[in-house]
Amino acid sequence: MNGAYGVSETEKPLRVVIVDDEAPARSRMRDLLAECAGEIALEIAGEAASGREALELLSREPADLVLLDIRMPEMDGIEAARHLQNLEQPPAVVFATAYDDYAIRAFELHAIDYLLKPIRLARLREALARARAAPLRTDALREIARAPRAHLSAQERGRIHLIPIADVIYLKADLKYVTVRTAAREHLIEESLTRLEQEFGSRFLRVHRNCLVARVAVRGFERAEIAGEARWEVLLEGVDERIAVSRRQQHVMREFLRG
Amino acid sequence: MARSIDQNAYAGGLPNFRNLGILLRIGLIVNALAFAAAIVKSADLSGAWRQFIEICALVEPLLILSLLALAALNDLLRRLPYSAGAIAVVALELALTTGFYVEGRVLLGERPAPLERYWLLVALTTAALLAYFELRGRALSPALPEARLQALQARIRPHFLFNSINAVLSLIRQEPRRAEAALEDMAGLFRVLMADNRELTPLARELELCHQYIGIEQLRLGDRLKVEWHTDKAPRDALVPPLVLQPLLENAVYHGIEPRSEPGTVSIHVYALRDELHAVLRNPYRRDGDHHAGNKMALANIAERLQLHFDAEASLGTRSGADAFEVHIVMPYVKERDS
Repeated sequence: MNGAYGVSETEKPLRVVIVDDEAPARSRMRDLLAECAGEIALEIAGEAASGREALELLSREPADLVLLDIRMPEMDGIEAARHLQNLEQPPAVVFATAYDDYAIRAFELHAIDYLLKPIRLARLREALARARAAPLRTDALREIARAPRAHLSAQERGRIHLIPIADVIYLKADLKYVTVRTAAREHLIEESLTRLEQEFGSRFLRVHRNCLVARVAVRGFERAEIAGEARWEVLLEGVDERIAVSRRQQHVMREFLRG
Repeated sequence: MARSIDQNAYAGGLPNFRNLGILLRIGLIVNALAFAAAIVKSADLSGAWRQFIEICALVEPLLILSLLALAALNDLLRRLPYSAGAIAVVALELALTTGFYVEGRVLLGERPAPLERYWLLVALTTAALLAYFELRGRALSPALPEARLQALQARIRPHFLFNSINAVLSLIRQEPRRAEAALEDMAGLFRVLMADNRELTPLARELELCHQYIGIEQLRLGDRLKVEWHTDKAPRDALVPPLVLQPLLENAVYHGIEPRSEPGTVSIHVYALRDELHAVLRNPYRRDGDHHAGNKMALANIAERLQLHFDAEASLGTRSGADAFEVHIVMPYVKERDS
């Protein structure tokens, strides 16, 4: 059996994924996990070298626990963990870091488990033993994040679809979901528009109570008459749709035009 | 003298009188003092100007003579203990003044002031200049214990230390020989990082250190890190401030290679051009990358040390293009014997 260790026949082995951009760090983690296998039934479900790879892997291979390095190119561990929460059954996450004062303080504050590299065997055992019991909280992750995410993620047929934030033209809230519009298509995500506005700040303009448009996509504004009522509309790059500017948000439009 | 055995005390010394920056400073300060004297001696500004020109007729020949003598005797003077050296400089100045007073009567006018007066002026000016260089040396020296500690901490990036140890640990079981080599490299690197780094070091040693450092990083980053060495033409005997190149390489890896998943190339060129030593480091760089503050700090640290060692004769410039970042260091080509 590929990558499986374990003693107990009755208990289902813990499926673990290792995510680290440095090959020696992954190999060390493998060695340590092999040693833990004596006491805790576990199997290595896969390895990934970046946050993005990890998301692809976990969309295919369900796992119980992800050992996630924080500092990785392109998508760091904390952003990857946030996207992982979109999975049907999000795995438990234990972060690993060589040195990161800020993250460690945040983990302590939110009681999130983490490992310091070089990792000690005993410490890893503890983390494995606790893993199933401690699901990650989305709001805690949001608070830990230092920078806005580089992507939004939508769950589609059990897989995680990443949408680069630079591709987003507008975000529109209806009821429980937010529609993310890119030049290519629409996605539905389960997030709050207010939270998105807080996270991405000046990247978007709030033109309506239920809509944020990307500043870079704004081509201009136009006055339109609909059913005898005059209103302003935003013209956008990449889509033909027009977005209404609400009366209350007209000041945003004026500020934008002033630069 | 308890002070001289204290490792942390500032290891002072006379300034390098062959350094262009030092000579310029002396010239500027002496002329400023002459101008101040002219203002004191005259009622209005145009009078002050005339007075200044008169004073200059006396001061400039003596100044030029002094600078030539100091540059010529530089090695001799700087080999003396500081206090003896300082007394020797004052004595030299007084001797030059006397010689000038006797031989250059024409310039002094019909009724020259007594020689003692010139002695006093020259001795005061010389003492003031020496005090200025001493204070400046202290201000720029990282010798104070706290400052040294801070400098040390800034140089060892904890992230690098712990990740390297982790990488070595991963090798111990499967590839013990590579683990050994990596630990040797780390020991070499940390020995230099923790040493007293006030003296200049041969370029060959600094380049060896760079190789050791890259060895460790390549262990961690594997194929992601490629390095182009253009150091065949580097003068091995040149003396450079220790840790002038390694931190720049570390920066290049940290900001240029680590934030990307595709492989990247860091290049390092070291060459001598006439009497200058050039070092150019280039790394890939994306404008939207983070942590710029850390980068600036490392660069400022090196710029300051270059200034301490070479004053105005060294420079550090940076250039960032669309997808590359470049640091260019120029310093005087100093060889082992004439340091």
